[in-house]
Amino acid sequence: MTLGYLLTVGTFTGIFMILTLSLNILTGYAKQVSLGHAAFFGIGAYAAAILATKAGLSFWAALPCVVVITTVVGVFLGLPSLRVSHDFLVLSTIGLNFIVGAVFRYFPFFGGSMGIVNIPSPTFFGRPLGTVGYFGLTLVFVVLAVLTSLYFSRTWGRLAMEAAGEDETAAKAMGINVAKFKIYAFAISSAYAGIAGALWAHYVGSVFPENFGFDRSIDILAMLVLGGLGTIRGAIFGAFLLQVLPEALRVIQDYRMLISGAVLAIMMVFQPMGLLGKGSILHVGFQRAWKAVRYGFGRAPGN
Amino acid sequence: MEFLQQLVFALVLGSSYALIAIGLTMVYGILKILHVAHAGIYTLGAYVGLLVVTHLTHNFWVALIAGMVASGLAGVLIYRGVYYYILRRSRIVPLIVSIGIFAAMNEFYRLVFGPYQHAFPAKLAFPMVITPYFVITPKQLLIIALTAVFLLVLYFVFNRTKVGLAWQACSQDLAMAGAVGVPVDRAVALNFLLGSALAGAAGILMAFYRNEVYPTMGNVVAYKAFVVVVLGGFGSIRGSVIAGLLLALVETFLGSLEWFEFPRDAIAFLLLIFVLMFRPKGLFGRL
Repeated sequence: MTLGYLLTVGTFTGIFMILTLSLNILTGYAKQVSLGHAAFFGIGAYAAAILATKAGLSFWAALPCVVVITTVVGVFLGLPSLRVSHDFLVLSTIGLNFIVGAVFRYFPFFGGSMGIVNIPSPTFFGRPLGTVGYFGLTLVFVVLAVLTSLYFSRTWGRLAMEAAGEDETAAKAMGINVAKFKIYAFAISSAYAGIAGALWAHYVGSVFPENFGFDRSIDILAMLVLGGLGTIRGAIFGAFLLQVLPEALRVIQDYRMLISGAVLAIMMVFQPMGLLGKGSILHVGFQRAWKAVRYGFGRAPGN
Repeated sequence: MEFLQQLVFALVLGSSYALIAIGLTMVYGILKILHVAHAGIYTLGAYVGLLVVTHLTHNFWVALIAGMVASGLAGVLIYRGVYYYILRRSRIVPLIVSIGIFAAMNEFYRLVFGPYQHAFPAKLAFPMVITPYFVITPKQLLIIALTAVFLLVLYFVFNRTKVGLAWQACSQDLAMAGAVGVPVDRAVALNFLLGSALAGAAGILMAFYRNEVYPTMGNVVAYKAFVVVVLGGFGSIRGSVIAGLLLALVETFLGSLEWFEFPRDAIAFLLLIFVLMFRPKGLFGRL
């Protein structure tokens, strides 16, 4: 097992961490379950690919454009959520995978089923980023995503989003502009996904419609549900588990979707808060252990 | 006449949409669950049919019955084994569970039967209709006729039997139906049995018609069947039959236009967004 391989796995895991964090804002906070997240991811990747190959922009110059594009598209695609109840929104997001995939596949501008290839690797002050450099770059973005998520989770915005997601009528009665916060959730979430897409496109060097299908959306949701909906630690942990485990255990690789699907079903039935969510087995266990360490065994105050 | 021939294509496509959507509509009408795994059952029907056709007999009818039975039982299994325990949770929970089951089912088919397409070598003696204006091949006639028969049976069950009455009561108010003595659990299980068997039939019919079976054949269908349910007004069987035919008509005629380069499968999506935005209760739903 070489360092290069580990770094590659690390880079992909980092990209998926950004994606799960992004979905966490939309699904964890705003409770808008999205099964079309791979579409947002794909839009980011294709935007980056086209800006790099057709417009000749560098990674750094293209990145802000990618973020703007995905945010705008996210707002646009979030519009149905204003009219549609939760479960039917999920349906429209499933459709999103197919339509975005179809657009990429059928319109020559997007390269058709041949995809877009020869996306240049980004440079850093004139020098090309190697595998190590790219891993570092991804890591920086993961840290940025975590920090901004942390910041956001402490603002009013998150509370308003959660309220709007839990009970729209009650939120409206409290004076929350439900529509505004739903659209915010879509916008922020797809901006993150766009960054992840750009990182993916420049790292892999090519984009194909198949990279961003329904399966991938299920994967991302499974990661978040496994780790814990609505928590940043859960998003990070879930992405880590479902990305690294299949690499570590080759046997699992063949059963990837089977596992993602089973994870979704089993977790939602038995541990809907995920492995690390509030009140989950691990979380409660950690809290007990922490109390025991802090106050000494058997003398925990309160219980 | 080009037009009449297109109409035949649309009728065939619409029949398959209607058959799948009926099961979904029935489940949604009673339990208010979006049963995505229904499309996995559609694929199951096709694969069971394939097994029968390749290993037992080339007779289409045997394959159809085997596939319908297997699909029906699988549907009941999903209800009793999974949904039953999470009915009281937030509606999003069964939905995500259902999607998980669907993904796992697709992967299961891929692992067991391989990722490639299988042909569906069933044999069937069925008449062919040839008129000066259009031609209906035996397979097309089979699909249209069988769908008509199924719809008639369904109409009869719904309106003339006790089970149908129980379903109507359940879809109006599940708790109340239980309170006045409807065996709710059995009624819902029967509901899954019948709906899933119809989906399995649709799977076999489409496998036979297109002569192909593959693991992800339910993907686009999963989603289109929901579009049909939405267009049909959530839980109205008549609505979803009409909506299924309508969607097929729109797809067939728009798809046959030369200048219309938009991919056919995306039309349903646009229709869905449009309807949900402007008529959130569906095309035929009472507002």
